[in-house]
Amino acid sequence: MSKLYTFLKYFFITFWTVFVVAPFLWAVSTSFKDFQSVNSKVTYIPWLDFEPTLEGWRVLIKSPAKGGVDIVEPYFNSIFVTCTASLISIVLGTLAAYALSRFTFKAGFVRNNDITFFFISQRIMPPIVLSIPFFIFLSTIGLLDSLLGLVVVYIVLLMPIAVWIMVDFFNRVPKELDETALIDGCNPYQAFYKVVLPNSIPGLIVAGMFCIIFGWIDFFFAFILTFTEVQLLPVKVVALNSSITPWWSLSASALVSVAPLIIVAFIVERYLSKGNLSGALK
Amino acid sequence: MNLIGEKISYKPDEQFHLNDVSFNFKKGNLYTILGRTLSGKTTLLKTIAGLLNPDQGSISFEEKDFIKIPVWERNVAMVYQQFINYPHLNVYENITFPLEQRKLSPEQIKKDVDDALKTVGLVGFENRKIQELSGGQQQRVALARSLAKKAKILLLDEPLVNLDYKLREQLREEFKRIFSEGLSQDTILIYSTTDPQEVMELNGEVIVLDEGKVLQKGPAKEIFENPSNLKVAEISNDPPMNVLKGSKNPKNLNFENISLEIPNHFKNLEDKDYNFGIRASEIKLDKNGEEFEIELAEISGSETLLHLKRGNSKIIALIEEVMNFKIHEKVKINFNANKFYAFAEDEKLVSSPYGGTNG
Repeated sequence: MSKLYTFLKYFFITFWTVFVVAPFLWAVSTSFKDFQSVNSKVTYIPWLDFEPTLEGWRVLIKSPAKGGVDIVEPYFNSIFVTCTASLISIVLGTLAAYALSRFTFKAGFVRNNDITFFFISQRIMPPIVLSIPFFIFLSTIGLLDSLLGLVVVYIVLLMPIAVWIMVDFFNRVPKELDETALIDGCNPYQAFYKVVLPNSIPGLIVAGMFCIIFGWIDFFFAFILTFTEVQLLPVKVVALNSSITPWWSLSASALVSVAPLIIVAFIVERYLSKGNLSGALK
Repeated sequence: MNLIGEKISYKPDEQFHLNDVSFNFKKGNLYTILGRTLSGKTTLLKTIAGLLNPDQGSISFEEKDFIKIPVWERNVAMVYQQFINYPHLNVYENITFPLEQRKLSPEQIKKDVDDALKTVGLVGFENRKIQELSGGQQQRVALARSLAKKAKILLLDEPLVNLDYKLREQLREEFKRIFSEGLSQDTILIYSTTDPQEVMELNGEVIVLDEGKVLQKGPAKEIFENPSNLKVAEISNDPPMNVLKGSKNPKNLNFENISLEIPNHFKNLEDKDYNFGIRASEIKLDKNGEEFEIELAEISGSETLLHLKRGNSKIIALIEEVMNFKIHEKVKINFNANKFYAFAEDEKLVSSPYGGTNG
């Protein structure tokens, strides 16, 4: 019975690994091909099956004047927008979440749970509903087609995630921990940054990771709210697909655009398995 | 120079958490607050610590209005029933935390922390992480942090309730030692618990709290011997004191068709209806006794708790040996009338075997 279980377990893991990794391998292989190798017949292994070339990669950094597509600038635009919006969302979201978790708010019929739900409801709405309001809003304040405008919009999109994760996290940190800090001579601000924050690192990392992922992969708002001045990576990658699909540079740009997420996942994985709050919780 | 609370009330919702509580705590003394769960013990301690502000009433300490002083400037220490330590710091850093917060000199901090570690028996554990400690050790760290602060008011909120039986016994013994050796004469120690045995062992001044109200104040012995009313008698005994509705007539005591001779301390009682109280430990098995039906028999340690029934009365008897009983079996028991309490119909104490009367 347990042998069968072990077999099935490893069978499934192997199957899933192949399922997930195969497209990447294919993309890596394709990124080194040229027009001929892609269109002649199905090939997999460089040098044996086809003659590898770096053309697909070179195109990415060449300027359009020289026949390239230049994803360098959109790349840095994406990094800037994602990181700035994530950072601001985490800072504001963490403060909001702490307040929602620890203090009782009353405004008419509005209670803490209603405020938390208001934040989450921003993500429940389909993004397309928000597109027209955002467009009008940004054009009114003159931030359409600008990095700053994108940062503002992304904060609206990412902060609910931060609030949601952090409220849940703070609710599981015993209130007595804050109280002990107060009794031990911390004022409320010191209690927050000397005791609560250092014990919230796992939560902050999870929230940060989600913000970065959702910010990085957003295509919809980047597509609607920018035209010529500013371009973000996902839009640029999709725009590569013209009358003749350049599979080689499309593969290369797809690989460089998922690379940061893979790196983030590897860094975060260590922290997630290491840090926990068991000492405070029980 | 005392810690004085006057007419403190706290009512955050429909119910009073504290209802007109007054106290006068003197330095160098141990006070225990005895009450069931949700009786307001924690609320009272938090109010003294400054984590809660009462709706009414005043607290003063060393002639200063305590309520105007925020928690972090009050210099109190508190140990919670949950084992609360700073999980991101190791044992040593946990204990230094409040001292560094008060900006003491490094030499002073080192000395105070070493003393505290010695007192709670955690020398050698300085670099351990909190998560690596057992529950009892975690609670020792919390206690050490409180002791090292040398706070003038030390609050312990049911510190032993989350520990297993053996550890609780052991730590309780140590608490008695720590309280007598490790504390300065400047300290007011306030200890809350649901366990009457703990109250008796710590042997301090007791405040019995129920539904936010103070039911009785006095030395532990006085509470045990002369509980001022039925509720106190229930709260201050484990198992709770048995109550039998009955009456006294010129010849004997009557309850559930049982007649007992009138004990000496009841001789001067008026002849009327009473609530008689008798401790579970004063009921003995006796072949010539009265017949009761067993509803439940629990063996705990070397004792057996018998839940008995006769007519409308349900009582608990504590038999000091392990015996096997069948449920619904009949047993014969004997009441020691000399240990009977009499409470009036309004539940106030009328006569106790230890000479107390409130009537």
